[in-house]
Amino acid sequence: MQKKWLIGAGKMEITVGVLALQGGFREHIDHLNRIRGTNAVPVKKPVELQKCSGLIIPGGESTTMRKLIESYKFKQPIINFYQQQKVIWGTCAGLILMAKEVEGENEDQLGLLDIKIKRNAFGSQLDSFVERNLIKKVSNIPQELVFIRAPIITKFNQKLEILHKKDKQITAVESDCLLGTAFHPELTDSLAFHEYFVNKIRNNKNTK
Amino acid sequence: MSEKYRLNKNLAQMLKGGVIMDVTNAEEAKIAEDAGAVAVMALEKVPADIRKEGGIARMSDPKMIKEIVETVSIPVMAKVRIGHFVEAQILEALKIDYIDESEVLTPADEAHHIDKRNFNIPFVCGATNLGEALRRIGEGAAMIRTKGEAGTGNVVEAVRHMRKIKSQINRLINMGSEELMAAAKEMRAPFNLVEYAARNGKLPVVNFAAGGIATPADAALMMQLGCDGIFVGSGIFRSGNPVKRAEAIVKATTHYQDPQIVAEVSEDLGKAMSGIDINGLTDAEKMADRGW
Repeated sequence: MQKKWLIGAGKMEITVGVLALQGGFREHIDHLNRIRGTNAVPVKKPVELQKCSGLIIPGGESTTMRKLIESYKFKQPIINFYQQQKVIWGTCAGLILMAKEVEGENEDQLGLLDIKIKRNAFGSQLDSFVERNLIKKVSNIPQELVFIRAPIITKFNQKLEILHKKDKQITAVESDCLLGTAFHPELTDSLAFHEYFVNKIRNNKNTK
Repeated sequence: MSEKYRLNKNLAQMLKGGVIMDVTNAEEAKIAEDAGAVAVMALEKVPADIRKEGGIARMSDPKMIKEIVETVSIPVMAKVRIGHFVEAQILEALKIDYIDESEVLTPADEAHHIDKRNFNIPFVCGATNLGEALRRIGEGAAMIRTKGEAGTGNVVEAVRHMRKIKSQINRLINMGSEELMAAAKEMRAPFNLVEYAARNGKLPVVNFAAGGIATPADAALMMQLGCDGIFVGSGIFRSGNPVKRAEAIVKATTHYQDPQIVAEVSEDLGKAMSGIDINGLTDAEKMADRGW
């Protein structure tokens, strides 16, 4: 997707990283690059975080991604990125990796979001689903929410804002600098969530 | 497109950039998971042993598949014979995550592949060229892989299939709309899928490399040729140091564009599987010719 013609539309270009160790990172990059003034880059090495104003941790296999985060010493750089109050969004496996606690597991998480998470909460792939729902804060238009072997948030810090629930189960939360969704906006044709995320970065006082 | 099919295609997208490893027991499955595999393929014998031992290769024992499902948290795949829809019904009942309708097993039907639209579980199928890939997708496959000669440790066939698919897509891209029906006729592929490939410059599902991948360099080669991810069969557990080789292939798949890292992980891996020259195989021994 070329978007060079959009540059110079009055806004400074921002660079958004997408963690590209494994999973659906290309889909996020393609979505971000369709947004005016946004330059999306794959992040495969910690040093590449330095040029980014925001980061997406994509969907994929959380076990594999956790392993690669460890091998390539990404944990501390991502925590530092968060401590610099830059904006991070995790989708599905990305949300799992951002959580403080995962039900039934003792593995070390990134621990960015003060939540407890349950993996594969809806069951197996046979229970994956798509729903259409309005999330007013994100868009005035109902969005397709794609849940694939999705997790849910079973406990959360009261300071977090709940963005969406599916049958009383929390599937999206946010704070000033963090966004977590159990579903996959990058697998739809809509840019609404990605635009929301980019605006969150633009409105962040720590964005250069 | 049904919602279930869309979700199955989406599920396969989440495996991208990952390595799927053949395992024959729970212990190997655990090693694969710890090494960073995105999924495991549960089977009784790896292709190299199937070749050695001969006879009819069938779906694996459900007991062994269940043990593997219980051992790992990553998705589990298992193989059925081409056309053997009852083996597929059994695997669906076992609630594994994917079925591979595979030429590595002895085909059960010489004329028909499984009508995969009758199932809720996602299928992966092999393809040697674009027409074959689109026929399998037309039957409902949610994921495609090359049909490299399994169990040979020789990557040449996987390369051939990937290059063939790419060049056929490139030809479609440059065709006028009136030429597409003729192309569909020539490739014996569903017209709507030919049209999709021409308009989008890619398959409508993910495409992994499979067959003959034995080294980190092989994995990086297939990724640079445009594959979305890697299957490794006999290459890991028939090599000198499976743990180290498995980790190395995972890292080379993530960093396929970084020769420095591929070089580092290629060091001191012990003996690779010895391999077989494909020119030495008779037609009957070539698995890629099974199915159509």
